Amino acid sequence: MTLADTVSLAWGSLAHQPRRTLLIALAMSIGVGAVVVLTALGEGARRYVLEQFASLGTHLLIVLPGRAETTGASPGVLSGQTTRDLTLADADAVTRLRGVARAAPLNVGVAQVSRGGLSREAVLLGSTADMLEIRHMRLGQGRYLPAGPSDQATPVCVLGESIRAELFGAGNALGEWVRIGDRRFRVVGILATQGQQMGFNTDETVAIPVAAAQQLFNTESLFRILVEARGRAAVPAVKESVLALLKARHDGEADVTVITQDAVLATFDRILTALTLAVAGIAAISLGVAGVLIMNVMLVSVAQRRSEIGLLKALGAPAASVRRLFLAEAGLIAVLGAVGGLILGLAASFVLGRLYPALPIAPPLWAMAAAVATALVAAMLFAWLPARRAAKLDAALALARR
Amino acid sequence: MIELDRISRGFQVGDQLVQALREVSLTINAGEFVSIMGPSGSGKSTLLNLLGLLDRPNSGTYRLDGADVTGLDDAAAATVRREKIGFVFQFFHLVPRLTAAGNVALPLLLAGMAPSERKAKVARLLADVGLSARTEHLPSQLSGGQLQRVAIARAMSMNPALLLADEPTGNLDRATGREVLALLEDLNRRGTTLILVTHDQEIGARAKRHIAMEDGRVVGDTHPSPAGGGEMP
Repeated sequence: MTLADTVSLAWGSLAHQPRRTLLIALAMSIGVGAVVVLTALGEGARRYVLEQFASLGTHLLIVLPGRAETTGASPGVLSGQTTRDLTLADADAVTRLRGVARAAPLNVGVAQVSRGGLSREAVLLGSTADMLEIRHMRLGQGRYLPAGPSDQATPVCVLGESIRAELFGAGNALGEWVRIGDRRFRVVGILATQGQQMGFNTDETVAIPVAAAQQLFNTESLFRILVEARGRAAVPAVKESVLALLKARHDGEADVTVITQDAVLATFDRILTALTLAVAGIAAISLGVAGVLIMNVMLVSVAQRRSEIGLLKALGAPAASVRRLFLAEAGLIAVLGAVGGLILGLAASFVLGRLYPALPIAPPLWAMAAAVATALVAAMLFAWLPARRAAKLDAALALARR
Repeated sequence: MIELDRISRGFQVGDQLVQALREVSLTINAGEFVSIMGPSGSGKSTLLNLLGLLDRPNSGTYRLDGADVTGLDDAAAATVRREKIGFVFQFFHLVPRLTAAGNVALPLLLAGMAPSERKAKVARLLADVGLSARTEHLPSQLSGGQLQRVAIARAMSMNPALLLADEPTGNLDRATGREVLALLEDLNRRGTTLILVTHDQEIGARAKRHIAMEDGRVVGDTHPSPAGGGEMP
C-alpha cells in the first residue's frame, strides 16, 4: 500500500467521525498552543531583560564594594565581612585609568522632593555629569549635572519627567527651586521620558551632584561606580586595571567586585532560558495528556472497526499495513492538532503582545518545532498500542461476527 | 490446485479442546465449483478460513498451486491472499464510509496499484456485476443484492484463481440469492475455482461437487453432474 493511499484511507476514517476527530485535535491544539504561548512569554521576558542591559551599553562595568566569589548577586549584602567603602576619590582615580572612556560615581537613596505645597517621594541619584552618557539617558530640557570636581556639592538637580509633571504641572520648571530633604536645589534640566530602565524608572528619579547626595544621606561611601570602557574589547583589560587600582588604594586588599555587563547578561540569560524551558516542559505535559486521549479513542476505534480490520487482512493487507493505517490516523490527528495549536499559540501571543507592548513577545522557532515534534511523537507513542492491537487482530474471528 | 493433507485444527474453549477439523484431506482442482455443506459446528467455516489463509492448522499441510503455504508468516500469507484468493462473505463486509467504487478499489490499493489504473479497473469490475450506475453510492444506499455484487466485484478485482464464498446468499432473499449465485457461477465458468459454504440445499445443489462435513470430518464427496462421474472415495 502506498503512503498516499494509507494517508487518504486514514483521512477518510477520520473525516467520517468529524466531531471525535476535532475534539482530540483540539486537545492536542491546546497542548501545542500552551507550549507556544508560554515559551513566547518566557522568551519575551528574556529578550526584555537583555534589551534593558543592552540599552545600558555593553561597554559598561559596575564596581561595587565588597568581594564576591560569584557574580550576579549583590555581594555587599551577602558577605558579612567588613569592607572598605568605595569613595569619591576612588571614582576619580578610576576615571583616570587607561581604557576608561568615562566613569561616574553613584549614590542612590529615597528622599522627599517638594515644591510649595506639593511633595512626593522620589529616587535620588547622586552622580556626576558623565552619568547621562553612561546610562544613555536623554535630556528633555536644560542641561544635566554640571561638569567639574566630583566633590563639589552644587545645589542643582535634574528632574525625571513625571516628577516634573507632578510638581510643576504645566508650569515652567527650569530655574525654579525644589526642596529635597532639608536642602534647596535649583532645577537645571528635565530628563526626556524614557520609562523603565534597569529597574529604575528614570521618569521618577531626581539626579543631584554626588557630593550633595552624600551630604544629604550623611555618608562618605558610594553605592556603585559605573565605568564605561573604550570599546567592548577593552572591557576585560579595564576590569583588571580597576581591580588592581582599587586593591592598591585599599591597602592591598581586594575588596571590591567588578561586574561586567557580559557576566550579568549571561547570568540573566541562563536563568530566564531555564525558566522558559521549565514552563515549556510543564505545558508539554498537556501534550502527554492529549496522547493518552488519542490512545483511548484509538482503542475504542479498533474495537469498533474489528470487521473492517479483518476485511483488510482478508483482502491481503499484512499486519504492518494495518498498523501503519492506524498510526497514520494518529499522525493526522497530531498534525491537525499541531497546526491548530500553532495558530492558537501565535494568535494568543499576538494578543498578549498587544496587551503588554513593553514585552517583546515572540514564540521562539525552536519552541514551535519542539511542540509540534512532541505532539507527533506523543501521538505515535500512544497510538502504538492500539495500532499493534489492530495489526494482531485475528481476521477470521473478526469477520465471523457481523 | 488445492491439496490438503491430514489437516487438523482445534480450539481451546475454556479448559476444553474443541476439535474443529480432524485430519481433513482434500484435493480440489483448478476451475472446480465445490459446495461445502454441513450442520453448524461441522467445521466448514474453519475449513474455509484455513483455505483462505486466515487461520492456520495445528497439523497437516496445505499446498496451494503446488507451493506449501502451511507455515507462511503474516506478510507472505497476506501476499498470497491478495494475489490468489478472493473472499465473499455472508454479511458483505463493505466499509460503510467508502463508496461502491472505493470498496472495490481496496484490494488494488493494498496491492499498490496507481490511482489512474485503479479507476479504470474499478469501473470495469463494477460494470461486470451490472452496477455501473451505482459506483458512487455508499453501502447504505444499496440493496442487499447490490451490496453482495459490490463484494463480488471487490473479490474479483485482483483476478484471483480461487474464490471463497461463505454463505454468500445467507442474507439475501431467494430471488436475489439466485442472481448472486448466477454471477458466481458465471465467474466459475470463466475459470475461477469457486468454493462455496452454505446451509441452503438448493444453492449447494447447484455446485458440481458436493462436500459434506460433520464433526470436523469430510463425510461425503460427490460429483452429481454427469461429467464429473460418481462417488469419490
